[in-house]
Amino acid sequence: MGEAIVITSGKGGVGKTTTTANLGAGLAKAGNKVALIDADIGLRNLDVVMGLENRIVYDLVDVVEGFAKLKHALIKDKRFENLYLLPAAQTRDKTAVTPDQMRDLVGQMKADFDFVLIDSPAGIEQGFKNAVAGADKALVVATPEVSSVRDADRIIGLLEAQEKHKPFLIINRIRADMVKRGDMMDIDDMIEILAIELLGVVPEDEAIVVSTNRGEPAVLNPQSRAGEAYRNIVRRLQGENVPMMKLEDDAGFFGRLRKLMGFKG
Amino acid sequence: MFDLFAKVFGRDDASKEVAKERLRLVLVHDRTSLSPQAMENLKNDLLKVISEYMDIDDQGFRVDFSRHDDAMALVANIPIRSVKRKSLSQ
Repeated sequence: MGEAIVITSGKGGVGKTTTTANLGAGLAKAGNKVALIDADIGLRNLDVVMGLENRIVYDLVDVVEGFAKLKHALIKDKRFENLYLLPAAQTRDKTAVTPDQMRDLVGQMKADFDFVLIDSPAGIEQGFKNAVAGADKALVVATPEVSSVRDADRIIGLLEAQEKHKPFLIINRIRADMVKRGDMMDIDDMIEILAIELLGVVPEDEAIVVSTNRGEPAVLNPQSRAGEAYRNIVRRLQGENVPMMKLEDDAGFFGRLRKLMGFKG
Repeated sequence: MFDLFAKVFGRDDASKEVAKERLRLVLVHDRTSLSPQAMENLKNDLLKVISEYMDIDDQGFRVDFSRHDDAMALVANIPIRSVKRKSLSQ
């Protein structure tokens, strides 16, 4: 029986879909059988971020309504033997499925996959409720900005009220130079305010834009600092104890780390 | 020199400190579902009740949330002008 993990945030544009794509690709590369579910019905994007937009035949709503079989709707990623995407419907809205239907679907998928990652839509309404319904674990993505942290706090409150497993925090798009100047909240500030366990810290990285342009997750790029951060989170999701990377400028820790990675392989 | 000092020890005017302070306050209201208006009502009700017992300075009257480690407290700072004779001698 696999584990279902929802990636959520409250606020839009903080990196839920990018996080889902990268963790999914990273987990699959590590040998796990992985399914990604795009729960953002009406505003699907996980397909383009994964580079699979041209291969959609059926979607999540087709499966839930019994119009298509799950195995026919799942798109197999060509880069990995064991990575699949269940895309969202683009022409329907969030009310096309219910939390109960999502719970059933995710339960069914957990029997076939090691990890089922669910990309939640922004907001706290039905789309969010659908996305979290079948999840065993929740990852809350937040950037070091007041609006994102405030919305993350709201989401954490809702998750805790549902008595789900304690949510984990992923700090996204942090900038070491701004933290150093005192113009951006740092990791400790955010943990102190949100009071949840930290799963990972992803630095701001131009490679994310480039990799999204190409539809190739940055986790596969050994040169990318964000990719390295995602690889660490993947290892933590598999139960490994990986120390947090120190947040330093380009030439510092990350630079050395990249060199090290280069030598390794 | 001052810059170096500021960098090492952190500046009070650094914008992240402003962000944290604003977040701290807004999250208290979010978490307790108490709007600033509701806080104002609470303050006025407290003022009314306490004024029956003593003469208080309503200008200096402050009610706010405060955080001590993990616990949240409602802290009222109530400057007293004078304690009414009546309440003492009853």
